[in-house]
Amino acid sequence: MARTITAHEVADAVYAAIPRLACVLPPDVLAGLEAAREAEGDPRGRIVLDQLVENARIAERDQVPLCQDTGTVWASLEIGPDVLVAGDVLAGVDDAVARAYDEALLRKSVVGNAIFDRTNSGDNTPAFTDIHPVSEPGVARLHIMLKGGGSDNASRVVMLVPGAGRAGIVDALVDCVREKAANACPPLVIGIGIGATFDKVAGLAKRALMRPIDADAPDEETRALEGGLLAAVNATGIGAAALGGAHAALAVRVETAPCHIAALPLAINMGCSAMRRCTVDL
Amino acid sequence: MNYRNLTLPLAREDAASLNAGDACKLSGPMYTLRDAGHIRLIAELEERGSLPYGLSGQTIFYAGPTPPAAGRPFGAVGPTTASRMDFAAPDLHRAGIVATVGKGVRSAAVHEACKETGSVYFVACGGAAAFLARCVESSETISYDELGTEALRRIVVKDFPVFVGIDVHGNDIYSL
Repeated sequence: MARTITAHEVADAVYAAIPRLACVLPPDVLAGLEAAREAEGDPRGRIVLDQLVENARIAERDQVPLCQDTGTVWASLEIGPDVLVAGDVLAGVDDAVARAYDEALLRKSVVGNAIFDRTNSGDNTPAFTDIHPVSEPGVARLHIMLKGGGSDNASRVVMLVPGAGRAGIVDALVDCVREKAANACPPLVIGIGIGATFDKVAGLAKRALMRPIDADAPDEETRALEGGLLAAVNATGIGAAALGGAHAALAVRVETAPCHIAALPLAINMGCSAMRRCTVDL
Repeated sequence: MNYRNLTLPLAREDAASLNAGDACKLSGPMYTLRDAGHIRLIAELEERGSLPYGLSGQTIFYAGPTPPAAGRPFGAVGPTTASRMDFAAPDLHRAGIVATVGKGVRSAAVHEACKETGSVYFVACGGAAAFLARCVESSETISYDELGTEALRRIVVKDFPVFVGIDVHGNDIYSL
C-alpha cells in the first residue's frame, strides 16, 4: 500500500527541529569552523574563528540561540512518485513555527507584508514552504532551514549569457563576495544554482545549501567546479567576518539543471557561519 | 592581539586615539536600535531638533536581541548589517552619537561624518551572538516597545569585544 504523508507528520518534524537548529550548530559546520580556526594565520581572522567556535559551544551548553537572527523558517518537502500527500500537508507548519519560536525564546523576525505592512507578525509566521516532486521511490524528505536576513540580503540572481561560461560564474561569485560578504557573516557556506529559469535557479541555490559541507558531490565535474569556486572565494583574502584571512568560505555547494539555449542563469545564496539546516526522513 | 579597554559612553578624546583595526573591549551603556527604530528616531530628531532619550554622547548598537534566556538579559545578541542604517547615521553623529557598533562596510557619507564629528564605528563578530550575550549585564526598554525586537533598549555591557571599523580619520578596517 502506498505511503501517505499527513499534515501532522510535517508539522511535528518542523516543531521538533526548530529549537535544536537554533541552538546547536550542525556537526559538519562546526567541524569546518574548527578546521578553519586551526589553519588560519591572520590574527584578526583567528580571533573571529575563536569566537565562533566558542559561540557554538556556549549555545549548545546553555541552550541559547547561536545567533540573535533566528531566521525565517524554510521547509521544503520532497515527495517520491509512489508517496501520497493527504491534501495540504503544509497546513500545520505555521502553527508549529509559532509554538516553537515562542517556547524556545527565539526572535520573531517576520513582517506582515514587505511593502504595505511592515508590522512584525509577532510569531515568526508565515514560514516559507514548498512541495517538490523527486524521482526516488519511497522518499518523503523534509528539508528545514532557519535563514538569517544578512546572508539572504547578500544573495543574488544573475542571468549570464552562455558565452560567459565557467569564468563568468567565477567572476560573478567573486564580485558578489567582494561586495556583500562582509554583511553575510563569513566563513560562508555558499549555495550556487546554475540553470533552469529565472524563478527556479534561486531554488536550486537554496537546495544546494542542504548538502553537508563534508559530503562530496556525486560527480567529478561538480566536485571540480565547487573546488574551483571555493578556492577563488578564499583567494580574495576577505576571511572570517571579512576581517582578513583565508577563510571567507567553508564550502561552495552547486546544483545544476538544463536551461534555454540563450541562458546561463546563476543564483548565489549566501549561508552564514551559523548554517542552520537539517534534513528529516518522514 | 592586545585589547584596549574602553569605557562607555566613549569620551571624544578616547575616540580620537583609536585606529581602524584596533581590538577593543567595551564596558558601559549602549543602546540597541535597528531598521524600524532608526526611521522613528530620525523622525523624532527632525521634529525636536535634538536627540531624545538622553542619546547625545552615547553609543548605538545595531542589534535586535532574542528574549531573555539562561539567566541573561538576552539569549543571544550580536551585530546586524550596519549599512542598512547608513541613511540615518550621519545625522545621528551630527546630533551627538559618538559611536556605533555593527558589522559590514559603510557608505562614504558615514566615513565623512566620523571624520567631521570625531566619531567611530566599531565592528563586532557577526554570528557570535551567544558569546556576546554573556557580555550583557542588563537591559531596559527605553522606547518603541511595540517594535518587538526592534525596540530602543539601554543595555550595559562588560568587556564586549570589537574592532575599530572606522576611526576619526575615516580609515576603514575593511580596507586595511
